[in-house]
Amino acid sequence: MEVGTKEPLYETVIMAGFGGQGLMFIGKLLAYSAMKTGKHVTWIPSYGPEMRGGTANCTIVISDEEIGSPVITSPKALIIMNNPSLEAFEPRLQSQGRLFLNSSLITRQPTRSDIEVITIPANDIAVEVGEKRTANMVMLGAYISSVNVVSKQNLLEGLKEFFAKKTQFLQVNTTAFERGFTHSKH
Amino acid sequence: MQIELEKIFERPRTLRPVTTHYCPGCGHGIVARLLAETIDELGIRERTVGIAPVGCSVLLYNYLDVDMYEAAHGRAPAVATGCKRVNPKLVVFSYQGDGDFASIGTAEAVHVAARGEKITTIFINNAVYGMTGGQMAPTTLEGQKTTTSPLGRNLDQTGYPIRMAELLTTLDGAAYIARVSVNNPKSIIQAKKAIRKAFETQIRGLGYSMVEILSQCPTAWHLSPIEATKWVEEKMKPYYPLGEFKTPEEG
Amino acid sequence: MEKRFMTGNEAIAEAAIQAGCKHFFGYPITPQSEIPEYMSKRLPEIGGVYLQAESEVAAINMLFGAAGAGGRVMTSSSSPGISLMQEGISYLAGAELPCVIVNIMRGGPGLGGIQPSQSDYFQATKGGGHGDYHLLVLAPHTVQEAVSLTMEAFYLADKYRNPVMVLGDGYLGQMMEPVKFEKATTHGELPTKEWILTGAKDRPPRVIKSLYLDPEALEKHNLRINRKIHEMIKSEVRVETYLVEDAEIVIAAFGTVARIAKTAIKALREKGVKVGLVRPITVFPFPYKTFEEITERVGKVLVVEMNLGQMLEDVRLGVCGKAEIRFYGRTGGMVPTYDEIAIEVEKFARERR
Repeated sequence: MEVGTKEPLYETVIMAGFGGQGLMFIGKLLAYSAMKTGKHVTWIPSYGPEMRGGTANCTIVISDEEIGSPVITSPKALIIMNNPSLEAFEPRLQSQGRLFLNSSLITRQPTRSDIEVITIPANDIAVEVGEKRTANMVMLGAYISSVNVVSKQNLLEGLKEFFAKKTQFLQVNTTAFERGFTHSKH
Repeated sequence: MQIELEKIFERPRTLRPVTTHYCPGCGHGIVARLLAETIDELGIRERTVGIAPVGCSVLLYNYLDVDMYEAAHGRAPAVATGCKRVNPKLVVFSYQGDGDFASIGTAEAVHVAARGEKITTIFINNAVYGMTGGQMAPTTLEGQKTTTSPLGRNLDQTGYPIRMAELLTTLDGAAYIARVSVNNPKSIIQAKKAIRKAFETQIRGLGYSMVEILSQCPTAWHLSPIEATKWVEEKMKPYYPLGEFKTPEEG
Repeated sequence: MEKRFMTGNEAIAEAAIQAGCKHFFGYPITPQSEIPEYMSKRLPEIGGVYLQAESEVAAINMLFGAAGAGGRVMTSSSSPGISLMQEGISYLAGAELPCVIVNIMRGGPGLGGIQPSQSDYFQATKGGGHGDYHLLVLAPHTVQEAVSLTMEAFYLADKYRNPVMVLGDGYLGQMMEPVKFEKATTHGELPTKEWILTGAKDRPPRVIKSLYLDPEALEKHNLRINRKIHEMIKSEVRVETYLVEDAEIVIAAFGTVARIAKTAIKALREKGVKVGLVRPITVFPFPYKTFEEITERVGKVLVVEMNLGQMLEDVRLGVCGKAEIRFYGRTGGMVPTYDEIAIEVEKFARERR
């Protein structure tokens, strides 16, 4: 590809799972880190009572250009943390899109064959790194390693800012992210 | 020969030299004067703001020489709250009738007291809706005939009259709560004292203060002014006992 | 200037504070509770007052009292709460008190739902409360624009001594985007408030009221308010036109729907469909003139809303029969997608006149 004819960046991802799995958090972290590198970003959550204990999801758009719709019908990627979310969102993934599945919790198989499926035993890895609540960071690491939207470096800088007041959790979250990042490299 | 006469009675500075719209024998005019005297005596005219909402209360802004709001029906305590929160140096009072304070504005009445808002409410209880032509009020007594209780208030149908002073006394934010009347000279003197105490409570920053004033409405009661004062004495006072229900000294 | 990453609700609250708002009265309701939450934290830090009212009815009347005492004041709510405020809004307009009211709309009628909607358009632009008045209504479509319009809302409220509404939807409130807080510089001087209640010291007493028992006096008062409305119509109309120069069809949309439409337009243009957008930024005063002008050369207007056809009526007035109009709306908290909008445009484009 010649220099100067590079397609402008336009990435869309929906992250979905149970409330409390930290999807809102990694969504914000991703958007924030991308913002820091000068990108246009939007983050839009599902909101309301379904977030308390039920399923939660958020949609992130990252773009070189001004963002029109923050609501995405067919995203380029999905980060899916539980069975109901797989059922709800798999049909919406773009053809050739990437589906990141938390195989520690998802027992169903994806049904589509026109998509790339990346499975990560996120909860198992999280337990291994010593903090079971970091499964979200494992998933984000996997996403960042295969989708060229922000560099690992930029994301870890964003993470530092997010944990500025809770530094005791920074290391374990960083480790979880790194594990997800390397797990996905194949 | 010129004789120097000592002036022993005059129009309070805060009371404007105008004719009121109140009916002959109405208690509102007396209360307006008591308010004016109190404001003068406390020397607070230049920092007092009043709120008069819907009903016979509304035209108070024509009678008192202080800054005033006219508020929506029942909402005077909320308006008073907004005003006081912007400018805590002001002395803020609401002047409300029974429809306003005990019916449409009960939520505001309860919460302004619960918050201990440093404002004063002067609540005129005449057991009837005067301005709109004598309909039943939340304070209308059992058996009392009004244009919407033509056979007399029936407790089975309409429930019981509300005693606002007692109700608000239960709230910790209320610092001074009293019930007085203006149907005879002695009561009027008592009423004046209560109004003054209520304002002082506010000025000292002790919390919410409210004076409920039993007031005669000869027109809507279809009584002569003299009969109306007796009706307050004989009918209202047994149900609405006078007294100080809460004073700051008691803590 | 450093960009901050905030939800629309938080950004609106911070914008208000930076515009000098020191007093907030409100009552929580989804999807705008982050505004009172933010205010309850920030206002005490700057010596302001956050007060959670017992109801929206009380909140709007606290605004009445606070505005009358000279404060820069705001409340926020969502559709059902705004309905409760209508009486107070009418009184504020009648008494000519400046304040800012934020409505982060959700689906109605009744308790409806909590998902985004634009179905309070009529209520916001055509009155809502009783009597001859109008609010000035600003409809941002991004978080950044919500910031600048909220700041401006305070200025406009003071300039016209009239309540100003910032009209957003649940998505605008909940969405996070990067924002900068830059003070608008184009504003003129505001007159001193010689009508506020401060105690009648060294001046005659003032009265803030909306009561005029003499009909002649009330007519005079209303005509004066109406002159201000006409001044708004003359001076404050704001509208964005997007790719309309060569357009054969234009979409009319405001707020969140307008930005969804922009994505649809991008996709349609790639397919060669000449489509543009007219986006009213002020929905009162409405940019009728833009629609008048555009229909000199564009024959088709597709109105898209998150309601069942409310702004549609204003577009009709602007277009005045000179172009074909179609409507596409979703309601109850359903949000039209860019795919749906694109399909509607293509269908409309194929229609013969």
